[in-house]
Amino acid sequence: MRFLTTNPPQFRLPVFEGPLDLLLHLIRENRIDIYDIPIADITQQYLDYVALLESLDLAVAGEYIVMAATLVEIKARMLLPQAPPAEGEEEEMDPRAELVQKLLEYQSFQGSVDTLRGWEEYRRRIFFRGALENPDDYLLPLPAGGIDPRELMAALAQVLSSVSDDDTAVTAVVPRRRVSLRMKMVEVLRKVRAKPEGLAFSGLFSDPPYYTYDIVLTFLALLELIRQHQIDATQKQPGDDILLRPKEAEAA
Amino acid sequence: MNLASAVECILSVAGEPLPISEIARALQCNELTAEEALRDLQLTLGERNSGLQVVHIAEGFQLSTLPEYVEPIGRLLTREGGKLSRAALETLAIIAYRQPITVPEIEAVRGVACGGVVKTLAEKRLISEMGRKPTIGRPILYATTQDFLHYFALKDLGELPQLDYVDTPAPSLPAPVVEPEPDLGLV
Repeated sequence: MRFLTTNPPQFRLPVFEGPLDLLLHLIRENRIDIYDIPIADITQQYLDYVALLESLDLAVAGEYIVMAATLVEIKARMLLPQAPPAEGEEEEMDPRAELVQKLLEYQSFQGSVDTLRGWEEYRRRIFFRGALENPDDYLLPLPAGGIDPRELMAALAQVLSSVSDDDTAVTAVVPRRRVSLRMKMVEVLRKVRAKPEGLAFSGLFSDPPYYTYDIVLTFLALLELIRQHQIDATQKQPGDDILLRPKEAEAA
Repeated sequence: MNLASAVECILSVAGEPLPISEIARALQCNELTAEEALRDLQLTLGERNSGLQVVHIAEGFQLSTLPEYVEPIGRLLTREGGKLSRAALETLAIIAYRQPITVPEIEAVRGVACGGVVKTLAEKRLISEMGRKPTIGRPILYATTQDFLHYFALKDLGELPQLDYVDTPAPSLPAPVVEPEPDLGLV
């Protein structure tokens, strides 16, 4: 609480990019040596900030809570007295070490953000001309391997979208014979009854072409027939073909 | 034929960064001569107070306007799209140094979920998918693109400064060049 009493909470709420960002902010604000973080103070400040967010009814992302738990855990482990290292044993690792590594790593990338921002600033001040618009006369040769699938996809999408913009686009209605579930059930039952010794499940779909609608309907019909106890489905072991038999009692 | 002027013509019709090999091919000369022509062009542009410059960008050469003329251009053209957010830049930095990298690996560094940012960056074509990592779940690997280099006016990834935190070296970055490249006097 030492830092808080000398430095009361300010109601300026900087936007943080996550718990690591918040921690680094607290470390900078308090001018703390990152290799020797006073974990009790920092944990307190961290929790205060999270509580502040909650009291303002701001949604606190789960990551902040996870970090809070980590901090409290480190704090607890630091309170435990350490047994002096036994002969030949390495000294126990500082409970803060892992967190410090993460902070240092994250901090270094934060540093490159400024570099990138600077380059972006410069780049936004210079302009390039596009290619001359006379593609009918000359085309730039494509560099070998310079086209990736994504670009091809984009080109295809462009072609397709220009096609659909065309008013004279060819339209045709392809009629589809819609089979009802009832009709399909009759068909499936007939197929199964034709083979009293048992019909393999895959045998239901013997004649291509296959249509999604047809496959789904066949499957639904089969499920319904099983539910109505008209068909018996057995499988010797997982992965085997499912054997379908008509139920004698119903058939009679 | 003045080679420098020829390069100027080529660069002004290309509309994209031209690798030195392409320039040499168009000029029917070797790459050394092409580099010399580029240097001559840059000098000539400077001497005649041209508003244009030759930039070494995205592994090629391109003509661009000088940054000090951004105001008149800005009054003529409206720029599409704003700057990248901090979250986007952080994520880009991590990808640039650690590529190819998966989303969970990025999240491990940033400590927050990054799926949305990565998707946006991919839509802007600053990064792209580079296959999948042969681990559980086969997560998608991401790497920076040519557009990334162009967005930040970089000639190649070697321009990224050394990170002050060195734990795991970035394997895919080109090894530091022992012999410095001949300075073309270009940006």
